[in-house]
Amino acid sequence: MSEPLLEVKDLRVEFPTRRGTLTAVDGISFTIAPGEVLGVVGESGAGKSLTGMAIIGLLEPPGRIAGGEIRLEGRRIDTLPYDEMRRIRGRRIGAIFQDPLTSLNPLYTIGEQLVETIQTHLDTSPQQARSRALALLGEVGIPAAESRFDHYPHQFSGGMRQRVVIALALCAEPRLIVADEPTTALDVSIQAQIITLLKRLARDHGTAVLLITHDMGVIAETADRVAVMYAGRIAEIGPVREVIHAPRHPYSVGLMGSIPKIREYATAASGDASKRPRLVQIEGSMPRLTAIPSGCAFHPRCPKRFEPCDRERPELFVAGANRTACWLYGEPTR
Amino acid sequence: MANPPDNRPLLRLSEVSKDFDVSRPWLNRVLEGTPQQLLRAVDGMSFELRRGETLALVGESGCGKSTVARLIVGLYAPTKGRIEFDGIDLGLPGAAALRRRMQMIFQDPYASLNPRWRVMDIVAEPIRVLGLAKSPAEIVDRVGKLLVQVGLAREDREKYPHEFSGGQRQRISIARALSGSPEFLVCDEPTSALDVSVQAQILNLMTTLQETLGLTYLFISHNLAVVSHVADRVGVMYLGRLAELSDADELFARPKHPYTRMLLDAIPDLAMSGKARTPVAGEVPNPLDPPAGCAFHPRCPHANERCRVERPAPLPHGTSLVACHAVHEGRIRA
Repeated sequence: MSEPLLEVKDLRVEFPTRRGTLTAVDGISFTIAPGEVLGVVGESGAGKSLTGMAIIGLLEPPGRIAGGEIRLEGRRIDTLPYDEMRRIRGRRIGAIFQDPLTSLNPLYTIGEQLVETIQTHLDTSPQQARSRALALLGEVGIPAAESRFDHYPHQFSGGMRQRVVIALALCAEPRLIVADEPTTALDVSIQAQIITLLKRLARDHGTAVLLITHDMGVIAETADRVAVMYAGRIAEIGPVREVIHAPRHPYSVGLMGSIPKIREYATAASGDASKRPRLVQIEGSMPRLTAIPSGCAFHPRCPKRFEPCDRERPELFVAGANRTACWLYGEPTR
Repeated sequence: MANPPDNRPLLRLSEVSKDFDVSRPWLNRVLEGTPQQLLRAVDGMSFELRRGETLALVGESGCGKSTVARLIVGLYAPTKGRIEFDGIDLGLPGAAALRRRMQMIFQDPYASLNPRWRVMDIVAEPIRVLGLAKSPAEIVDRVGKLLVQVGLAREDREKYPHEFSGGQRQRISIARALSGSPEFLVCDEPTSALDVSVQAQILNLMTTLQETLGLTYLFISHNLAVVSHVADRVGVMYLGRLAELSDADELFARPKHPYTRMLLDAIPDLAMSGKARTPVAGEVPNPLDPPAGCAFHPRCPHANERCRVERPAPLPHGTSLVACHAVHEGRIRA
């Protein structure tokens, strides 16, 4: 494999509070290669968005990086002073957030916002910036870009706005895009268009994408590899096909089973027609940050827990093509 | 349910429409000489709900599905048309008493529970209002039983909503809806605010309750995969109109209306069969200015002159109702 573009090692994000320090992201490590799409899935509170925010250096205080390191193209970026990080953000790392309306300034036309972003990061004349902005709008699939250039964000529909946000993220040809729930606010038909667009852009530009979402369907369509997060830790990481079709960690297994799929008619018809099939259920809910269980954080809900699970925290063990933090796949130390 | 099966529909909507006045204030209109502007959110909807079944209404945002839910429970009055419950027109004076036989579950469990009330009072409110219990002790007993029925503990009645997670709050909403002993529940996106594993818990709970209590559900959702799990019949809405109404098995196995096909195509493919998806072009048109003829024609690959001019009515096609000229003319194979 080629040199990783992004390397996250043992990252910890903490929130100091009056009642003690809460660890929201607890020692996670992963890499992304150029042109690769890494999906991060998990339920609310799993720490996936905070991981993204830590990488782009936008953690809201009092949240802070308490340990580990983040390297972009070999260079450490988590310790950079604010001003230097500002130059990297936008230039080397682009960001796409969930709600396109709050990512855009309602008082400026989209053309002005694109040109401003391009001129902030690249040394171009206003004319060059304008023609680049128009090219970008065309590339993200905004019809009649020339005539929409002077429109304000409110004059666009949700899907079109998200395209503008993607164009903004691409302005300076960043090497990495952090996309946090980019399709969650959109309708399914628009969602499909945006996914297709993201995938094509990553391929054409060789841009790496960190795709954060709770929607396994989006991951299945877009990602090359996927990391499943639970309670601030990576439960399982591996090629997307393996994680979806052959999940190893009991949490991943439960998560995949609980996703409703369009009914399988052949099997539904043969079963008892009066009884509806039930979805796989994981009992209980994700622990609060104030009460992360000892050992493996999933053990109180795990149907397969055994002796070491509540004592010792598992590291990522190799399990087939995946790596998974579960004692079923490794030997506890004595 | 020892009685012979009752074949009369529980609920019947006939040509129901709902207009919202979205004009500017009266004085502005007079000064600027602009006409009144009406938005037709629901446009001539007719369908029936059979006893004990689950009918799902699906569609993208703004298609009017939530308005239909609110019309049925009486939160809005229809502009035109008739809604009958158990054979009685809900618009007649005195018919309001029928509404105690229906209840509603809302989407956002954070907004739909009063944060200053204890769970006891939240769940007991319908019992008190409808006078279903003779003594305070009986109310406490009923609330306790309801909480156990939805998977909470009796002691939870002393707590406040903020002490519960999203999924538990939705269980409280369900307990509240059930406390009036309704036979019909209108569920407006009951799981869209929840994480997938919690969604699975709630969907399974709703299925169990339907089987034990013989409830009838109107299930509003934008998520076709969820709908395929819970629904007996599915109505697909587009711009305030019914595009297709079919048995669930039929709809998912053989979608007929081009819009239904498009929606099914847009669902991210978890099986990763690698089938090429044709992302749907276009977006839902502005409901203030709906297209003439079939509302879907600007996005439809099969549209011809007739579709642009003549509005299709939902007509029987096989066991389904389909509002599409192309299907009825045999221009597309069903």
